[in-house]
Amino acid sequence: MNINQIQEEIIEEFSLFEDWMDKYNHLIELSKDLPAIHEKYKTNEYLISGCQSKVWLHAELKDGKVIFSADSDAIITKGIVALLVRVLSGREPKEILNHEFYFIDRIGLKENLSPTRSNGLLAMVKQMKLYALAYHAREKNEY
Amino acid sequence: MRLNVENIRNDFPLLQQRVNNQPLVYLDNGATTQKPNIVIDRIRELYARHNSSVHRGVHWLSQQITDEYEEARAIVRNFIGAEHSHEIVFTSGTTGSINAVAFSFGEKFVREGDEVILSGMEHHANIVPWQMLGERKGIQLKVIPIDDQGDLVPGALEKLITSRTRILAITHVSNALGTINPVKEIIKTAHAANVPVLVDGAQAVQHGHVDVSDLDCDFYVFSGHKIYGPNGIGVLYGKEKWLEAIPPYQGGGDMVDKVTFEKTTYNQLPFKFEAGTTNYIGAIAMAEALKYLEQVGLDPIAEYEKELLGYATDRLEESGDIRIIGKAKKKISILSFLIRGIHQYDAGMILDKMGIAVRTGTHCAQPVMDRYGIDGTLRASLAFYNTKEEIERLIDGLKRVKEMLG
Repeated sequence: MNINQIQEEIIEEFSLFEDWMDKYNHLIELSKDLPAIHEKYKTNEYLISGCQSKVWLHAELKDGKVIFSADSDAIITKGIVALLVRVLSGREPKEILNHEFYFIDRIGLKENLSPTRSNGLLAMVKQMKLYALAYHAREKNEY
Repeated sequence: MRLNVENIRNDFPLLQQRVNNQPLVYLDNGATTQKPNIVIDRIRELYARHNSSVHRGVHWLSQQITDEYEEARAIVRNFIGAEHSHEIVFTSGTTGSINAVAFSFGEKFVREGDEVILSGMEHHANIVPWQMLGERKGIQLKVIPIDDQGDLVPGALEKLITSRTRILAITHVSNALGTINPVKEIIKTAHAANVPVLVDGAQAVQHGHVDVSDLDCDFYVFSGHKIYGPNGIGVLYGKEKWLEAIPPYQGGGDMVDKVTFEKTTYNQLPFKFEAGTTNYIGAIAMAEALKYLEQVGLDPIAEYEKELLGYATDRLEESGDIRIIGKAKKKISILSFLIRGIHQYDAGMILDKMGIAVRTGTHCAQPVMDRYGIDGTLRASLAFYNTKEEIERLIDGLKRVKEMLG
C-alpha cells in the first residue's frame, strides 16, 4: 500500500467509532501494539520535547527506506505516534517528502497537532520530515 | 452568610454551556476565571456609549471616561487597602507588573554582585524577569526552598539575606501547589534587614481579603483576568516612596510633564508609569468585577472555597491511587495531583471529552515540578461558582480514566 492508501485505511478504521471514548480506546489499543523503541534511543538525544507529554523518535535508513521507531510517556499520544509510524515508517525518503499527512485531521485528532498543545506530536511530524529530507539529500549526493 | 451558588452561577453565562455534549465543569480557574454578566455588559456599554481616550480631550466623552478610569483606580485602592490612589498603576497583568518592577527597581537600586531572593514555588513570571535583570547587571538569585508538604522551609529566608540582598520577590499563593505563604511574617523578616518585598498576588486576591497596608509589602501585583475581570489588565501597587524613587520603564505619551528634544521631565504618580493609551476599558471593567466580589462578599467566598477544597481533597483521597502534590498547612482551593501509573496528559484529554476542564502540565512552574521529581500534574483549581456536584463529576471522570488506562 502507498502512503495515501494507508491514510485512507486509517480514516475508514476510525469512521467506525461513534464517540470520543471509542476513539481514545482505539488509540490506547494502538499504543500497546507499537513496537518498543530500543532503550538506548530513549534518551534526551532522541527526545522531542513538549511540555505536556514527551515523544522519542529514532530514524535509520535501511535498503533505501526510512525506518522510524518511537515512543511517548503518555498513552494517547503514543497511540497517535503509532499511527504516524504506521504511515511513515518503511517509506522511501522521497515518498515522505511528497505527501501531506491529512489523516490526523480527517479522524478528528487535529487538535492534537496544534502548536499550542505542546505534546511533542507536531514537532515529531516535522522531525520525521527532516529525517526524510536529510536522507534524501544524502542519497542524491551518493549518486 | 452562606453563598447562594445557584444564583451566582446564573451570573456567569459561560458556565451554562455544554462541552462535548455534557454540562461544562470548569475547574481551571487558576489559569483564568470566567466573567460575570455585569463585567461583560460593562465592556459592551463602555464601547457602545463611553469610549474615548483618557487624560486627553477637552470634550465631554473624554472627561467622562477619565473620571471613570480614575474611579476604577480608587476602587482598586480600596479593594487592596492601599493608602493612596496614586500608588495603583494599571499594567497589562501580573507579568507586566513584575517586569516593570524588575526593570525599574533594578535600574535604580541593583548593582553587579547584588542578590535577589525568590522562593522555590514561583511562577515563571516571577523568575524570568529577575533572571533577565541578572543578565543585565550580573546579580545572583537565591531561592527559599520548599519542603515535601509544599510549605517554605521555616528559617531559610533569614539565612539567605545578606548585605547584598536588594529585594525579595515572592508569591502570596502558589499556583501549582495552592500554598498560602505567610507573607506578613516574611515581609517583617525582610524589612528587619532593610530588604523591600514584592508580593505576587495573582492567585491570592480572588480568594479572600488582601490588605497591602496591613501586610506592609512594598509592591503587590495581580491580574484582572484571574479575578473575574477582563484580560490584558493588571495592577501594580507600589508604596509611594518606591514609585517616586524608581524610573519609568516605558516612555511615551501621558507619562511626561514636559518634553523637549534635550530633556523630558516625567509626569507625577501614577501617570509616569502609564505610558501611551492605557487599557482604560479593561481597568473600568476590572473595577466592576471587584465591586461584584465585594457584593458577594470575600469572606463568604473564602469560607465556601475552603469547604469545597476540603470536600474535594477528601473525595480525591478516598478514590484511591491519587497522590496530591501540595499539602501545605494553609491552602487555597487548588488541587494538584497525580493518578498512579497514569500520565496527566492522558487523564486531562479524557476528562476534556467528558466536559471537564482541568489543567495538565507544569503550570508555568517547572522548578516546583523538579522539586518533587515529576513531569507535571493534573490541576483542579476551584472557584466560588463551583459545586460539590461538579467535584463528583471529576471523581466519576477520574474513575473512567482509570478504567480506560489502568
